[in-house]
Amino acid sequence: MSKVDVAIAADAASGVRRGVSPQYRDWLRRERRSRLAVRAVQLAILAVCLVLWEVLPREQIVNPLFTSYPSAIWPTFLQMLKSTPQQASILTHAASTILATVIGFTAAMVIGTAIAAALWWWNGLYRVLDPYLVVANAMPKTAFVPIFYIWLGATLSIYGMSLAISLFVTVLMIYGGFQGIDPNKIKLAQTFGASKAQILVKVVLPGSVPTLIAALKVNAGLSLVGVIVGEFQSANLGLGYLIQYGGQVFKMNIVMTSVTILAIVSSLMYLGISWLEAAVMRRR
Amino acid sequence: MPASAAEAARSSAVELRDVGLRYFGRDGETEALKNVSLTFAPGEFAAIIGPSGCGKSTLLSLISGVIAPTEGSVLIDGRPVQGPSRKVGYMLQQDYLFEWRTILENAVLGAEIQGLPMAQARERAIQLLTRYGLGQFLHHLPRQLSGGMRQRAALARTLCTEPDIVLLDEPFSALDSQTRLALADEIGEILKRAAKTVILVTHDIGEAISMAERVIVMSRRPGQVKSNHPIRLAAGNERLTPLTARNAPEFNDYFRTLWQELDINVQG
Repeated sequence: MSKVDVAIAADAASGVRRGVSPQYRDWLRRERRSRLAVRAVQLAILAVCLVLWEVLPREQIVNPLFTSYPSAIWPTFLQMLKSTPQQASILTHAASTILATVIGFTAAMVIGTAIAAALWWWNGLYRVLDPYLVVANAMPKTAFVPIFYIWLGATLSIYGMSLAISLFVTVLMIYGGFQGIDPNKIKLAQTFGASKAQILVKVVLPGSVPTLIAALKVNAGLSLVGVIVGEFQSANLGLGYLIQYGGQVFKMNIVMTSVTILAIVSSLMYLGISWLEAAVMRRR
Repeated sequence: MPASAAEAARSSAVELRDVGLRYFGRDGETEALKNVSLTFAPGEFAAIIGPSGCGKSTLLSLISGVIAPTEGSVLIDGRPVQGPSRKVGYMLQQDYLFEWRTILENAVLGAEIQGLPMAQARERAIQLLTRYGLGQFLHHLPRQLSGGMRQRAALARTLCTEPDIVLLDEPFSALDSQTRLALADEIGEILKRAAKTVILVTHDIGEAISMAERVIVMSRRPGQVKSNHPIRLAAGNERLTPLTARNAPEFNDYFRTLWQELDINVQG
């Protein structure tokens, strides 16, 4: 029996590649082709959007004042590298936004995990706080922008907004992950005499890594939302400020260039997290 | 026999004295076990069978010290149980290997939690895993192994802390029937050779007869000990394995007796 088991596992481990039949080669080719097709369609959608965005305003089908053009973005960007309405380079604005996002996002993960761990440790605490957490999470946090501005001042209110918008959902997600750990895994650790701290460190936290990564993904987006909304109100630096300013003075070039940089920043964050996920999940 | 009481206390690995357990819930209390008194001698291989929900798994949790009885006391080597003890190893219904740890890292989990010297624990784990045919898979992840291999890794994890008493809670129930028979054979042999005290909980009458020296039948909830059946199978000149035991002439008689004892009614 053990020999059979070993053979099966060895087979699975070394992969199917050993004896490549023509059918399998065919299947691989078809797989590759469908992968390429998906990529091609994705690029085509992007291209069509860009072309429409360029052509419609040029043909005066939509008012170019409202939309700007994709071709205007690069020149605007180059121009804004030197100076913007606040005299800082657009890169300084972008850096300010990214810094605030990273701070909000890291704080949300660290504080959120700590709160979730505390709720797990003291079940009574969870039972008391549960309704408050749910309501706090359901609140439209953006309504607090003016309050934060008054309480925390221009810079801190941005960090505060970024944290507030992602903290509660982080706590609820991670606590949910902790709750989802198979109680039998905990029982197993208990049969060896594990203390509560050992259960947290050896079972609950490592078992919640997929949840932590899911929370990371949600937070990356939410923190950015928090920062931009915060900047709308209170900043004189940052992409949120530029968007707000550009809108007010009807310079869509500024708005669209800033939004494009935001899109690139979001994509990079997403890529970073995907890379982290792949690195962590290779062990699972 | 004047010294018998002290003698019995010393020579019993596990003793349950009038153990009762009740679970409390908002809709009332449930009596899971009632007046259970049992003794297990060192080196004995005993099986507990009973209808589902009769508290047989709860019994193991009590012996392991993970939960405490509401009445009576549990003793290991004559001393009351006050929480999980290093003398007891517990194998649960499934392997519950941690998917983020390699097989070797899983096998040393108990030693790690108990703060045993890790170098020796690793060596012991490697020895056990190699003996169970997992030598090539020390650094594999659990998902890369078959169910039977995973359960053997779980056995290595249990034995790595060198317990004297091993509790098996339907350890084969999650496996397919061939693997189940073969593995019962294997694990039974391993534990008998290591002279561990073994308490096996199962709902499989055949498994109980073929592996154990004594079968204890429990009644429906609240679980009570209904009867004790020492099992003697004509061994001929070789020792019977759980697989060959099924061919022994007495096997069917025991099976019939235990089936009647269990008094299983299938209700539509």
